Amino acid sequence: MSLGQLFLEIGAVILALAFVGRAAGRLGITPIPLYLLAGIALGAVLHLGDGPEEFIHVGAEIGAVLLLFTLGLEYTSQELRDNLRANRQVGLLDLALNFTPGAVAGLLLGFPPLGAVLLGGVTYLTSSGIASKVLSDLGRLGNRETPVVLAVCVLEDVAMAVYLPVVAALLIGGTVAAVGVNLVVALDAFVLAFFLALRYGHVLSRVVNVRNNETLLLSVFGLVLVVAGVADLLRVSAAIGAFLVGIALSGEVADRTRGLIEPLRDLFAAVFFVFFGLQLDLGSVPGVLLPAAGLAVVTSVTKFVTGWWGAARAGVQTRGRFRAGATLIPRGEFSILIAGLGLSLVPTLGPLAAVYVLLTAIIGPLLARFDGQLAPLLDRRLREARTG
Amino acid sequence: MVKLEETQLPGVGVRHDFDGRFGKRVGVITHRDGRREIFVARRDDPDACAQSIVLSDEEAEAVADLLGGSTITRHMNTLTQDIEGLAMDWVPLAEGTPFAGHPLGDTQMRTRTGTSIVAVMRGGQAIPAPGPEFGLEAGDTVVVVGTPGGVVRAARLLGGEG
Repeated sequence: MSLGQLFLEIGAVILALAFVGRAAGRLGITPIPLYLLAGIALGAVLHLGDGPEEFIHVGAEIGAVLLLFTLGLEYTSQELRDNLRANRQVGLLDLALNFTPGAVAGLLLGFPPLGAVLLGGVTYLTSSGIASKVLSDLGRLGNRETPVVLAVCVLEDVAMAVYLPVVAALLIGGTVAAVGVNLVVALDAFVLAFFLALRYGHVLSRVVNVRNNETLLLSVFGLVLVVAGVADLLRVSAAIGAFLVGIALSGEVADRTRGLIEPLRDLFAAVFFVFFGLQLDLGSVPGVLLPAAGLAVVTSVTKFVTGWWGAARAGVQTRGRFRAGATLIPRGEFSILIAGLGLSLVPTLGPLAAVYVLLTAIIGPLLARFDGQLAPLLDRRLREARTG
Repeated sequence: MVKLEETQLPGVGVRHDFDGRFGKRVGVITHRDGRREIFVARRDDPDACAQSIVLSDEEAEAVADLLGGSTITRHMNTLTQDIEGLAMDWVPLAEGTPFAGHPLGDTQMRTRTGTSIVAVMRGGQAIPAPGPEFGLEAGDTVVVVGTPGGVVRAARLLGGEG
């Protein structure tokens, strides 16, 4: 395949994403589901050559790593600690209400137990990316229910940091003994790295913090890839290694890195969603429509209840509770990431997660947008039910 | 005294807000990148923001200025310019100062340097006209008035080079 053709095809894909992104901006929704659709469309219509496929595949892996790295960068270890202490109850309710439906649905659909655990992860994780975008787009950062929404997102991200290495170890499979060894190695590596990141993060931050932006970008990106590679070889999952590097970097260097790495992350994350869409087999979509829609409805309600209850505990009135619940509904990047892990184990997990994410990512922001109209209705219903 | 509440917004920044006397909640979000966002709550839904204004670092300073953040300093500046031969200085008490934990009288400021201590700033609050029994602490800022040379000597004295 010639270089010209390779550029043409990759360029066309990225341009298509740009158009999709513009459309999303017009509609005021997040582009993530549209990227997925673009990927599905590409897979159905175009057949890319091996060269671009290869590029998109590697790009998608880098995208997953960068997504988690920037997530780790978002939080300081102090924030993580404070949150764990202050919002335990909401976090546990969230886990119970939103992990369970996915796991149960997985078993009902006849997935192996591990597949059910993966589906539980898919339904559990609110997309912190979509949630924070909704909050800032609608000018709600100053609202009283906002800290609750953010706290839930933080706790989920922490839970995911523990969940991913465990699942990754289990996925390698083998005999019971081998699985046990893998699990212990993965968890130990994770705990050790987490401890080191919290303890000696500032040292690393100082070492990495060079004046020159170009050098900083190269150091950070290189470091993230090296740690991700080592994590992958240790069977901990590359993304988690990247997450830990993000946690370890703090202060000024984190602020500067965020600005430098974000454009890269946006590019590769878009490629990641396209790749996921490309891999989907369109023939399997009709079969998963019904379970995905059912799951979307059930877990929208459970997320809504989580947000409602959390906001109520914070002393927020009905409309704010409604907003908190609605903002938590959308699932996104990490649900896709988890589903991507299990594609070889349960092929239907891919299309199921894709349709599910599409639905929740559209329902959530729409509900959040119309709180003024919908909350009073719900309020009246609840009052009727109480007096009824 | 306004009761400010501080709330951490993980991944975003910090929010400070208070219930204003005129029935609305008012607050400022300090974003991590230094942007400030001023918001005011709605009357019919006190949990939500009716309006918010995002300001850059410099704009926020300008607005604070307009709201009277620096009237005090400005007053002082005009004061020193008005009175010929009078100087005024804010002397921070560093960690190593010999006067931390001592009453103000121990400095013998007026005898040694000919300047007067007119106020002590502590934790953003001004304590005007402190008496000789007033206890100094490291981290305070002492406001001294006197001749330009006297003020320089006072700064040296408080720094421990008396």
